[in-house]
Amino acid sequence: MQVATGKSVLNGIAIGKIKVYTPPKVVISEKLIDDVEAELARFDEAREKAIDQQNALYEKAVIDAGEDSAEVFSVHAMMLEDDDLIDATKAIIQTQKHNAEYAVKVAFNNQARVFAEMDDPYMKERSADIYDIEQAVLNVLFGIDPESMQGTEPAILVANDLTPSETVRLDKSLLLGIITREGSLNSHTAILARSMGIPALVQCGDVASKWDGKTAILDGYNACAYIEPTEDLMTSLRNKRDADLKQKALLQELKGQSNTTIDGKTIKVYANIGGPSDIGLVQKNDAGGVGLFRSEFVYLNSKDYPSEEEQFNAYRLAVESLAPKQVIIRTCDIGADKQVDYMNLTKEENPAMGCRAIRLCLTRRDFFKTQLKALLRASAYGNLGIMFPMIISTRELHECKELLQECTEELQKRDISVGNYSIGVMIETPAAVMIADELAEECDFLSIGTNDLTQYTLAIDRQNAALDPFLNTHHPAVLREIKMTIEAGHRHGAWVGICGELGSDLTLTETFLRYGVDELSVNPVSILPLRKVIRGIDLRKEPEMK
Amino acid sequence: MKEIEFTVNDPNGIHARPAGVLVKTLKTFSSNVTIFKGDKNVDMKKLLALMGMGIKQGDTVKIQIEGDDEEACAAELEKSLKENF
Repeated sequence: MQVATGKSVLNGIAIGKIKVYTPPKVVISEKLIDDVEAELARFDEAREKAIDQQNALYEKAVIDAGEDSAEVFSVHAMMLEDDDLIDATKAIIQTQKHNAEYAVKVAFNNQARVFAEMDDPYMKERSADIYDIEQAVLNVLFGIDPESMQGTEPAILVANDLTPSETVRLDKSLLLGIITREGSLNSHTAILARSMGIPALVQCGDVASKWDGKTAILDGYNACAYIEPTEDLMTSLRNKRDADLKQKALLQELKGQSNTTIDGKTIKVYANIGGPSDIGLVQKNDAGGVGLFRSEFVYLNSKDYPSEEEQFNAYRLAVESLAPKQVIIRTCDIGADKQVDYMNLTKEENPAMGCRAIRLCLTRRDFFKTQLKALLRASAYGNLGIMFPMIISTRELHECKELLQECTEELQKRDISVGNYSIGVMIETPAAVMIADELAEECDFLSIGTNDLTQYTLAIDRQNAALDPFLNTHHPAVLREIKMTIEAGHRHGAWVGICGELGSDLTLTETFLRYGVDELSVNPVSILPLRKVIRGIDLRKEPEMK
Repeated sequence: MKEIEFTVNDPNGIHARPAGVLVKTLKTFSSNVTIFKGDKNVDMKKLLALMGMGIKQGDTVKIQIEGDDEEACAAELEKSLKENF
């Protein structure tokens, strides 16, 4: 048995025979040509065929890997229409009388080099795109059929490197896994493999052509591959793989299903996200909406105060692309452990109890109003909830609502329309729990932030590992507070959700349902496992004693 | 001639895909469109040259539009810049 190591793209296991792919060797002739017109026509024809192929790959990739991963191919098609690149290639044919293959190689390589020499890491990587389209045009010119790289039986494909085009062309029904010597975890190929759910190992220096035809296990969990594995290893990893596949199939089955218990109670399961880039995950994991959209990214990704326009664009993108699903955006929660240079926050002895979140916003009102206006504008594009963090008194909530009113009037003066939206409060302190009834009276929903609530209730800093022996995340005090909040909310007409980490603690799901929780908002990947647990609960049964 | 000044907001700068869409849009107009950043300038209807400018978030660029349909072209361009960058 040989053990080969690399970097793993996906937690998954593939078992099967290896097929080593060696790209066909092509030699580009340097012989000069006579018929320039014919050669130009050959190039044009090949280029157009390559564009058609890239567009077809785009369509295939949208289905196999999703729209985001597929975009690379529509970019390729556009690059193949670039006038500079076409002119440079044709000039080599016309002036140097070289054949189309030679001209493509020289002109495309030059362009790839331009990108490779740029400072920006993103632009640097675009050289790979140029090499990919160069290969595509050359394949057409040489009459190479790029589909023939796989054998006829399902196999783990081993190659030196794979371009995005090569990866998407692969027939998934014959593809168990991928191992490459080159590549990186962030390359298009890795991204495509990940979204297609194919276990893959990149940067595996041990790749050898003699592996061809041998049996192997690709263990994505441990970033290694076993060539000719022992019988014991085979049995244990086969079991693990089968369990994986079962789990995956089950979760797939849960998509589109409701979050309903056996006895018929349905709750909302929403997603917690950190920025517009997570919108895809919300859809992929079938969330009912977004229960906590942390707006800090607009501040943390910026060198200076983000403008109203900038914020509006980000909020609108989320609200509009997820409509009619509800998107609850939490207003700025800067301070404490989240610091931003340009805000020049005063250094505090005890930041967790300091000028953070709503306290900071109500101190710096112009700053806060910029965000509120951006949110109000976004409300016209979908189903928005605005949620205020760290509220400990009704006075603070009143002030927030007054500011919303003020901002609405200012926007109306600018002829900008404001849509409907709901207002919510985060319950993060024992104080907020105690007055949850009064808060509920003044808003549409309450959302319990269990991380801070635990920290403030138990007076335990969660970052301090020395306190672990004293920390009980299921502390009865915290659980009672959750129960009290839910009951207070319901008595006073507000729905109540949980958006902290406890929301995805599957050992508490039944408890929360018995408390009457209306919504659980969790990380996107926890949504389907949570749905599975909810669908297995029967509230008519006596709760098990724990 | 019309002139637009624009500061790139998108954290990714001018990325391949939105740049490609922009170029496609511009190609539907007959006007010449030139983009200036510092002392560099390129024809904005050329995708690879535009990407080669390496325009990042926070960069301010100047764009000149000249031709028969410059009004419409500038309006469309401005809209597209606001939406995508």
